[in-house]
Amino acid sequence: MTDGPPTVLAAELIRWSWIGDHLDDILDALLQHLQLTGLAVLFGTLLAFPLALAAIRWPPLYSPILGFTGVLFTIPSLALFILLIPFTGLRIGTPLIGLTMYTLLILVRNMVEGLRGVDRDVREAAQAMGYTPARQLFRVELPLAMPVIMAGVRIATVTTIGLVTVTALIGWGGLGQLFLDGFTLNFPTPLIVGVVLSALLAFAADLLLVSVQWGLAPWARGRRS
Amino acid sequence: MRRIRLGSAAAAVCLALLVAACGGGEDALQGGNQPSDRSSVIVGSTNFPEQLILAQMYAAVLEKAGVDVTTRLNLGNREVVFPALEKGEIQLLPEYNGSVLSFLNPEATAVTSEEVNTALAPLLQAKNLVALEQSPAEDKDAWAVTQETASRYNLRTIDDLKPVAGQLVVGGPPELKTRPAGLPGLKRVYGIGDFKEFKALDAGGPLTVSALKKGDIDVGRVFTTQGVIAAEGWVVLEETKPLQPAQNVVPVGRTDAMTDQVKNALNALSAKITTEELTKLNAQVDVEKKDPEQVARDWLTQQGLI
Amino acid sequence: MDVLGDLIRWLTAPEQWSGPAGIPARTVQHLWYSLVATAIAAAIALPIGVGIGHVGRGGLLAINLSNLGRALPSLGILILVFTLVGFGVVPVLVALTALAIPPIVTNSYVGMRSVDRDVREAAEGMGMTGWQVLWRVELPVAMPLVMAGIRTSTVQVVATATLAAFVGLGGLGRYLIDGFAQRDLPQVLGGAVLVAVLSLLTELALGRVQTLVVSKGLAERSAAAAVGAKVQKAA
Repeated sequence: MTDGPPTVLAAELIRWSWIGDHLDDILDALLQHLQLTGLAVLFGTLLAFPLALAAIRWPPLYSPILGFTGVLFTIPSLALFILLIPFTGLRIGTPLIGLTMYTLLILVRNMVEGLRGVDRDVREAAQAMGYTPARQLFRVELPLAMPVIMAGVRIATVTTIGLVTVTALIGWGGLGQLFLDGFTLNFPTPLIVGVVLSALLAFAADLLLVSVQWGLAPWARGRRS
Repeated sequence: MRRIRLGSAAAAVCLALLVAACGGGEDALQGGNQPSDRSSVIVGSTNFPEQLILAQMYAAVLEKAGVDVTTRLNLGNREVVFPALEKGEIQLLPEYNGSVLSFLNPEATAVTSEEVNTALAPLLQAKNLVALEQSPAEDKDAWAVTQETASRYNLRTIDDLKPVAGQLVVGGPPELKTRPAGLPGLKRVYGIGDFKEFKALDAGGPLTVSALKKGDIDVGRVFTTQGVIAAEGWVVLEETKPLQPAQNVVPVGRTDAMTDQVKNALNALSAKITTEELTKLNAQVDVEKKDPEQVARDWLTQQGLI
Repeated sequence: MDVLGDLIRWLTAPEQWSGPAGIPARTVQHLWYSLVATAIAAAIALPIGVGIGHVGRGGLLAINLSNLGRALPSLGILILVFTLVGFGVVPVLVALTALAIPPIVTNSYVGMRSVDRDVREAAEGMGMTGWQVLWRVELPVAMPLVMAGIRTSTVQVVATATLAAFVGLGGLGRYLIDGFAQRDLPQVLGGAVLVAVLSLLTELALGRVQTLVVSKGLAERSAAAAVGAKVQKAA
């Protein structure tokens, strides 16, 4: 077994000049990452809402929806993206549909759990006060469900930021593109930049969303979410 | 009160980021339907260093010719990239005539450059694609072994594999198992039986290179212009029978995007790319770890093409 | 839809079930990567989570570092380690272990902290040493959460071990990568289904283990509480 010359360790781990020369590529990757994440979470939230409401309104739908979403979540993301390629090719639909599906799965469960967790007494009080169902939903149930829903948004966002990197294998990737560049060229610098930036991005997003969660539901701060 | 203000501020920031991300920065979200404007071309590439160099060369000479160029490089393997070309999501690819032919027609048996190009043209035309003039440069699929393995089993040509195949582990891209020019071809043309094991890695990429270096495979699929072959002192087994088709570097593009302006620029470039030149450029990226775009542009400047 | 037919044909073809490239062999490889990585992760994470939970200090730091760990992209770690050490199992094990550590740390810490202060003080009052408190009192109470953490980790790792195929190793991810390269979509779909099924089975199996491992005392305590509540209502 020949141990080849340690070409990689001899090369620098971080070539700062590479970073300097490729700042615009790095920024493009970061921007693509933000766009894919933002759109996926946005669409996921919009689509999860009616599904969650349906599950609450018609209890028989509850178990099937939860079961179905739970199962879909175990499908490896790469497989999903690969299977979408014949339909949407290299266009943004391929990563976006897959990513949205995963955020949808997380958000539906949290929305349902959150809305269900609202005390029966509170709901009955609102009805007694003459609130219409819509008003009850928006002014009473949703705000109370907010901590659990926001926890879902947090998990969905951090998960999506990670999943976006996987889309590099199908022509997208955001910061994941930097992983592939490092892999193809056998050169650690873009790799390290990509890993560090995507980890920081996920961490920052989590912190940002925690503050939103605090702000939107100050009464729930004591509770463990 | 302060908490609520902090929370609302954070929410506002989130919203702003979301709007900015969706609204601005259209460039990063390319891949949508680009207008088939005569003077704009999207150049794509698959995922190995030579492709990056070639694509950057195409982009540079097209820019010089006054064409609007966008690049979408390192997209993945041909399975991702060629369908994108067929759908018009990219408009130009550096390709290898033999490989495209077997991609489009796995049963193809053409071997010389002329035969390959003749067989290829109608297949491309059916998809609104066209191959421009080929380069003299060829990057052929080949089999490599380490010096050690070559001496131990006395390997110089592919025929020499026949008696010892059962003791050797072979590695290459997953499709090697099924492609006519891959393992089935070795059986059909050289009569080489089953190897001890086939490891599905990549096509001459980092996995195959590392596995060959470390001895996890004995025989690896490589490409003849790769710089790592010379750097590691590997032995490329000689072909004694016609199996591998010609693999001239050739630009393949969408017919409607290949205007005269584009064609002239690319044909002038293709004529100057030779196998030796290409190998040298690959070594600069593979071994010296130079940046592909820089390597491409420096060479083009030297050649007086930009 | 013929896709379903092709998938079933692929799954039931006899070649799939024998040999080194067969489903059983690949499943074993897949589980090997997953279980080894989770075991290493547990060996690292449990002492940290339990230790910090017992001492009661440094929890915030531990939790935040753990969250940072959750933010690391597994694919990136995989490729990075590969670029540094080359072909072999090390890149896969490092990436999967990194993925498995955070849930175990967080859950163990929270589990240990959930022990009633009174219970701890009572134990100390009885003359138990720190170690005894940890083993005889805190750990048993923390067990449900500790097990939940291990369960979450393991299932996540099983679902992510498809990464091994990306660096040329085995496991069920091979069907995804090979199917993609050979343009054999039923193979990709088959691989996806197999991984999903394996993840679900892992979740169920560990659920069983959890019921077996959680101290009967805790189970009894909640049963007693339920009976007590019923009695009070009747009164």
